[in-house]
Amino acid sequence: MVDLSVNIGGGLTLKNPIMTASGTYGYGEEFADFIDLSRLGGIIVKGTTLQPRQGNPYPRMVETPSGMLNAVGLQNKGVDYFVKHIYPRICDIDTALVVNVSGADVSDYVGVCERLSDFDKIAAVEINISCPNVKQGGMSWGTTTAGAAAVTEACRKAWNRTMIVKLTPNVTDVTQIARAAQDAGADAVSLVNTFLGMAIDVERRRPYLSTITGGLSGAAIRPIAVRMVWQVAQAVTIPVIGLGGIMNGRDVVEFLLAGAKAVQIGTANFIDPQVTIKAIDYLHDYMARRSLNTLSELTMLS
Amino acid sequence: MKQQMDFDVKDSLQLGGNYGLLKLRPIAQEMPLIEPGQFAQVEVPNCKTTYLRRPISINYADKHELWLLVRRAGAGTNALCDLRAGAKLNLVLPLGSGFSTQVSGRVLLMGGGVGIAPLLMLGQRLLANKTDVTFLLGARTANEVLQLDLFRQMGETHVATDDGTLGHHGLVTTHPVLAEHFDHVACCGPMPMMRAVTAIAKERSINCEMSLENTMACGVGACLCCVEDTSDEGNVCVCTQGPVFNINRLKW
Ligand SMILES: Cc1cc2nc3c(=O)[nH]c(=O)nc-3n(C[C@H](O)[C@H](O)[C@H](O)COP(=O)(O)OP(=O)(O)OC[C@H]3O[C@@H](n4cnc5c(N)ncnc54)[C@H](O)[C@@H]3O)c2cc1C
Ligand SMILES: Cc1cc2nc3c(=O)[nH]c(=O)nc-3n(C[C@H](O)[C@H](O)[C@H](O)COP(=O)(O)O)c2cc1C
Ligand code: FES
Repeated sequence: MVDLSVNIGGGLTLKNPIMTASGTYGYGEEFADFIDLSRLGGIIVKGTTLQPRQGNPYPRMVETPSGMLNAVGLQNKGVDYFVKHIYPRICDIDTALVVNVSGADVSDYVGVCERLSDFDKIAAVEINISCPNVKQGGMSWGTTTAGAAAVTEACRKAWNRTMIVKLTPNVTDVTQIARAAQDAGADAVSLVNTFLGMAIDVERRRPYLSTITGGLSGAAIRPIAVRMVWQVAQAVTIPVIGLGGIMNGRDVVEFLLAGAKAVQIGTANFIDPQVTIKAIDYLHDYMARRSLNTLSELTMLS
Repeated sequence: MKQQMDFDVKDSLQLGGNYGLLKLRPIAQEMPLIEPGQFAQVEVPNCKTTYLRRPISINYADKHELWLLVRRAGAGTNALCDLRAGAKLNLVLPLGSGFSTQVSGRVLLMGGGVGIAPLLMLGQRLLANKTDVTFLLGARTANEVLQLDLFRQMGETHVATDDGTLGHHGLVTTHPVLAEHFDHVACCGPMPMMRAVTAIAKERSINCEMSLENTMACGVGACLCCVEDTSDEGNVCVCTQGPVFNINRLKW
């Protein structure tokens, strides 16, 4: 019997290690026509901030080789709207509901966590110290050990369920940031967020994105993400959640072998809205064929 | 309900040099109900340089068949136009909210270039609803006036070409039929055309709907890559709240 359940820290057990990545899956509802959402290990909803945000001007997206650049800029209606109007619609989906928390100042992050803490069907928060698409805050918190520690420590006081800290890959040594988050009280770290990138329309001689630079996601980033997940998994003792360019079940196994306890699937949902379910089925079969019963047995051979 | 569906390419026709018409047949699933103006996110199966799906309007659909009218704009649409009968194609559909189909008075459907695509189905639906419909189609040149026969079969159809090779010589927005009285306009075409039509409709207080384009990734409202700034709600997703918008909501 294959058991895909996994503990990702802070006492949270997922029914399987496959979650959806923030900002790519809306609030889950957008995909309800395509899949049975209750089969997912978890749904990580869109980046949520204290105040509503309009995000960046058009154009916000451009396709790049095996990937895409985005500059959405955390558009969302704010945490109050979320708890009032969206939470009631999605809180009964039988999966781990995780809210991705963003902000400019430490007090913004804390404010969102405090506001969310009354809603007990939120299984975890994912603290996003890694968004490359906002001028203030966002990624800058995740690029220094002091910044990462400050946000993590403050949120820890405001949130007593599972707290995941989402790391940016746009740093020299991601293991140091991961350790800083662990030491400041994170239950788990997730990586990677998007890589800062840029693309120029040579016909029009202008950048494609209104913000000039944007975040690169999709298959193009997978080998770099796998490498970083592998490095971080050796540097910390808390669970690591791996993501970046996962396109199918095979890629999920690759991240698990690299040391991730769980994974998130983002951009691939745009290409195949049923990719998550296919990946869960693939993982199950992969384990069964090798007579592996639990995910802890799924490790790299030496 | 939105779904992911596999289709057989039953027929692939090259039109006017730069366009293709794909006639598709569902392989296993039943065709969902499709409203005029809705679109599909189309997988590009035969192209090494594309990654995401491409948004394409539904040109025509019934229980057994679905048509896509495609302009060769780049790698993805070229590959789609190059598909041959017998190929398979995966679509996510139906997406977005379409044109109003319950409108009264005299209605003008205006299309420019490949923008005529959603107007074929819209015309059929409006006629079925006994609406008084007039068509105005614009293109650069005569052989790029697409599906003209099909529009003519439906009713009064006017044409404008930039080079004067068919119909009125000049931009579609300068066609004399626009001087007549209309109660409602539905429009899809290149951006400059839609802006000009919006200006005309606003000036004459005509109720008017536009089908907008945007760069899309998910097509289902999940990624917020495709926003249009509206006067009532700020940035909204073109893929769910649109692609069809009443011009009252646009900040143009
Ligand atoms: C709701 C909707 C309905 C559409 N319906 C149709 C249709 O029925 N028939 C049809 O031929 N085309 C339609 N389009 C446009 C079509 O999606 C684009 O032409 C296509 O995505 C371009 O892909 P490509 O790989 O061929 O070109 P690319 O190499 O990706 O781009 C070529 C050029 O097209 C521009 N472009 C890219 N994506 C879009 C886009 N989404 N909208 C406008 N310009 C774009 C690029 O900036 C570039 O200048 C629709 C677009 C939307 C949003
Ligand atoms: C359109 C888009 C919006 C995103 N928004 C967020 C966000 O709000 N918060 C966040 O932490 N990550 C966000 N991300 C990053 C993804 O969650 C993920 O880290 C990244 O895309 C890499 O995974 P992928 O290659 O599977 O997409 C976004 C990514 C995309 C493509
Ligand atoms: S394309 Fe993703 S929200 Fe519209």
